[in-house]
Amino acid sequence: MHDFTPISALAGGALIGLASVWLLAADGRIAGVSTIVHGIFSSPEDRWRMAFVAGLVLAGFAWQAAGAPAPLRAGFPLGWAALAGLLVGFGTRMGSGCTSGHGVCGLGRLSLRSLAAVITFMAAGMLAAYVTRHLLGVAS
Amino acid sequence: MSKLVSALGAGFLFGIGLWLSGMANPKKVLGFLDVAGDWDASLMFVMGGAVAVTAIAFRFVLKRKKPFFSETFHLPLKKSIDLPLVAGSALFGIGWGIAGYCPGPALTALSTLSAESMVFVAAMIGGGILHRLFESRGR
Repeated sequence: MHDFTPISALAGGALIGLASVWLLAADGRIAGVSTIVHGIFSSPEDRWRMAFVAGLVLAGFAWQAAGAPAPLRAGFPLGWAALAGLLVGFGTRMGSGCTSGHGVCGLGRLSLRSLAAVITFMAAGMLAAYVTRHLLGVAS
Repeated sequence: MSKLVSALGAGFLFGIGLWLSGMANPKKVLGFLDVAGDWDASLMFVMGGAVAVTAIAFRFVLKRKKPFFSETFHLPLKKSIDLPLVAGSALFGIGWGIAGYCPGPALTALSTLSAESMVFVAAMIGGGILHRLFESRGR
């Protein structure tokens, strides 16, 4: 097992947790990224969602401006990216959340509903990664 | 105004956390999801670190009468484990396992200006709109 980075993973995770605590304490909102993104389109009058997403994207620019590594992946087929995006968009709406809403926030609220979601998308993700990489040979 | 600034700040901090943790790197995410490959357990620590913070701090936050810049806490009301939850989470997981992006990392990865992140995010928004169309037809 190479590339194992438990310290930065733990520290980054703690920042994600702090950001979620801040959004709840300040704005009373759950930091569920999929629900926030889809909310931009279903209720555009609530501009806080746009502000949160802008912060997310700005963080990426700031990270790279600071010279921190942002590895790019070459050769991942765009057709697969489109299919995956469609599944993620549809699935997170149907299942009311993603890794942040059900994972970081839902588990933090000790929600059994979120725990069921987390177990399901983890298992599905592992299965899909196996099938696409090892059986279908998609370069990812 | 303070509500918008604090949402922007929360998004920014969240994004830095995604980069620092490795979640914004789809290769690393797939290194975790692909247990049959050269398995990288790091991302368990991301979820562990994040949930350790929320599980402790949410209790204190939710004891307050109201948030700083808003009148009420907006919390999910549904408690049931139903078919849409499980089926939707399964579809989401499949997409996540194919590309290595979940919604937050995909958005912050737009900053790399990579074609794959742009295609993914556009399709993700389309998938959400598609679901809304299905729902409104069913009603």
